[in-house]
Amino acid sequence: MKRSKRFEVLAARPVNQDGFVVDWPEVGLIAMNSPNDPVPSIKVVNGKVVELDGKQREDFDFIDQFIADYAIDVNVAEKAMAMDDYAIAKMLVDVNVSRDEVVKVARGLTPAKLVAVFNTMNVVEMMMAVQKMRARKTPSNQCHVTNLQDNPVQIAADAAEAALRGFDEMETTVGVVRYAPFNALSLQVGGQVGRGGVLIQCALEEATELLLGMRGITAYAETISVYGTENVFVDGDDTPWSKGFLASAYASRGLKMRFTSGTGSEVQMGYAEGKSMLYLEIRCIMVTKGAGVQGLQNGSISCIGVPGAVPGGIRAVLAENLCTTMLDLEVASGNDQTFSHSDMRRTARLLMQMLPGTDFITSGYSATPNYDNMFAGSNVDAEDFDDFNIIQRDLMIDGGLRPVSEEEVVAVRNKAARALQAVFRELGFPAITDEEVEAATYAHGSKDMPPRNVVEDLKAAEEMMQRGITGIDIVKALAKNGFVDIAENVLNMLKQRISGDYLHTSAILDKDFNVVSAVNNCNDYAGPGTGYRLSKERWNEISNISRAIKPSDFDV
Amino acid sequence: MQLNEQILKEIVMQVLQGMEMPEAAPAKKAVSGRPMTIVEKGEARPGTKSDEVIISLAPAFAKYQNKTIVNIPHSDVLRELIAGIEEEGIRARVIRVTRSSDVAFVAHDATKLSGSGIAIGIQSRGTTVIHQKDLPPLSNLELFPQSPLLELETYRAIGRNAARYAKGESPTPVPTKNDQMARPKFQAKAAVLHIKETEHVVPGSKPVELEVQF
Repeated sequence: MKRSKRFEVLAARPVNQDGFVVDWPEVGLIAMNSPNDPVPSIKVVNGKVVELDGKQREDFDFIDQFIADYAIDVNVAEKAMAMDDYAIAKMLVDVNVSRDEVVKVARGLTPAKLVAVFNTMNVVEMMMAVQKMRARKTPSNQCHVTNLQDNPVQIAADAAEAALRGFDEMETTVGVVRYAPFNALSLQVGGQVGRGGVLIQCALEEATELLLGMRGITAYAETISVYGTENVFVDGDDTPWSKGFLASAYASRGLKMRFTSGTGSEVQMGYAEGKSMLYLEIRCIMVTKGAGVQGLQNGSISCIGVPGAVPGGIRAVLAENLCTTMLDLEVASGNDQTFSHSDMRRTARLLMQMLPGTDFITSGYSATPNYDNMFAGSNVDAEDFDDFNIIQRDLMIDGGLRPVSEEEVVAVRNKAARALQAVFRELGFPAITDEEVEAATYAHGSKDMPPRNVVEDLKAAEEMMQRGITGIDIVKALAKNGFVDIAENVLNMLKQRISGDYLHTSAILDKDFNVVSAVNNCNDYAGPGTGYRLSKERWNEISNISRAIKPSDFDV
Repeated sequence: MQLNEQILKEIVMQVLQGMEMPEAAPAKKAVSGRPMTIVEKGEARPGTKSDEVIISLAPAFAKYQNKTIVNIPHSDVLRELIAGIEEEGIRARVIRVTRSSDVAFVAHDATKLSGSGIAIGIQSRGTTVIHQKDLPPLSNLELFPQSPLLELETYRAIGRNAARYAKGESPTPVPTKNDQMARPKFQAKAAVLHIKETEHVVPGSKPVELEVQF
């Protein structure tokens, strides 16, 4: 066939490098509304759920059992389940129905009923609902700080810049797992240089992640994964109970934590049982609720290529975020993984959470260029900083970031690199040279960094764990080397463990280490003029970009 | 999971065709897919020699599937892994784990049978991990999660490093690769290949010793 020039141009567009799949319900490659999804039902006898979504108690798998016993409020269940799907959906979008009223109804709903409600809603309605239902009034954002070489100096500098740019939480992970203690340490020091009170985590195998938290090297945890089918749980040697146990291990040490799940993971792991991605994800959200955990990272997360490839997938991803907020949980709402080559597609996907605002709009904005993002790339990266800031300015919305000047960025990057240099010297780790400090100060990514001796670093990182180094050793090393302000910040982070106030739902810390959470900053959205509104100061911060022309720039 | 094999094949074909990218896999130097025979020799037993590394194949590798997500023949991948191990003067033993298709467990089960405590786990799509006996299953020595980026040279380097760990050395990890666009391009295909792998999981089954001949 002779090719149309227009079709040739279209074929070369980035969107046509993305992978797409037709609905394939038999294996669960379907976003919502699978013909195999169960029909909603509930039966409560003597305060016990004996039937859930068409299944009798004796046929429950362990997820059904966990949800029936711990996630459904039997006192309201039968009444809530008797409501029409449309009636519940209308409550969600009606500004005259309060968040609390919706939360009360949602407590009595089964997974299949929640899916049925979302099946009636379009994305604009879902965004309306998220605006009202998210737990914390003030929206916020989280970033990833990683690099291809696991270079600790670069992590510290990037963390400092990210904190300055407005991220309230930051997450690192590793290229080589044995680098983990250094990555966590570098993120902690760098983050506290950028601004006191930033919360940091290191995504790892669960036992190591917990250990780093208990040592006070990290401040919270997020990569405690739950799944929507029994087989996927079993494949990871886990159950909802073992995850609940892990959650209480964090709580008992005064550490903030949330679970992680997302549409598409069961398909990705080969065990979706033919159910829709959203149905299985809602089971995860309810397992989280049942475990008593304060929050959840979802929005497909690392499986976004799966819902992203099927019809209506991005709508389902918004529905899972919405469901999390309805169950009164903190939501760190994804946008943290690449899902498209197309700038239009990735922006459209981002706006679903950025416009209504969530507890963490992205649960991993790459604070580095994506080539350094060791979560295999984020939906937004360091090269999008200005675009993101301008979208906030164009639409008068708060995405959690702020414009910054080159001078202040260079200054905090340099200070973070020097602070880490001092800590490494004090603790006897392989030296950070002045050349590395200089490179990290001005670097964009790891391509701008001189290489380190990886074998020596790995040996020292292992020693760091063997020697039992804790947050207190970091505080001492900083204080002894003249970084008293940073030492105080790290110490203040450790004090949070004792007060435990940041275990409340949706908690972040402001620059003075005050907790801002769903308890003291609860979302009271009730239509125009209510809920979160940009303060005058915040709007000035967002509006005033250095490149905008001012009247004084003209000499007439 | 019971699936209609015909539908499955059709849709896999559909998906795979849809996934062919203009500039997909870069041209490999040594392609071809050498002929290889694999004979199953019964239940795999714990090794007694400390100079061995086990290569542990996921349920469908070189049995129901024959190439990675970027079409590198499994026989070539296995050759390179073995060659890398032997280059370091260590013996390569090959087994198949069928109780799980999770690469961490495929590898970790094998570490417990490996005389050196070191094993390499590999899935049909190409995802690979170097594992050690005393580590938690979901930890690892080196993980290569982005299967579309793994080339024959990488597999050889993985074999080499696994052998060095077996000798008690601390090798520099195989350089990590990262392509942020691997997910949008390949994730759906990766899911399909993993579904096909997981179909061959036999819960509770014992690992099988394999004899590989090229």
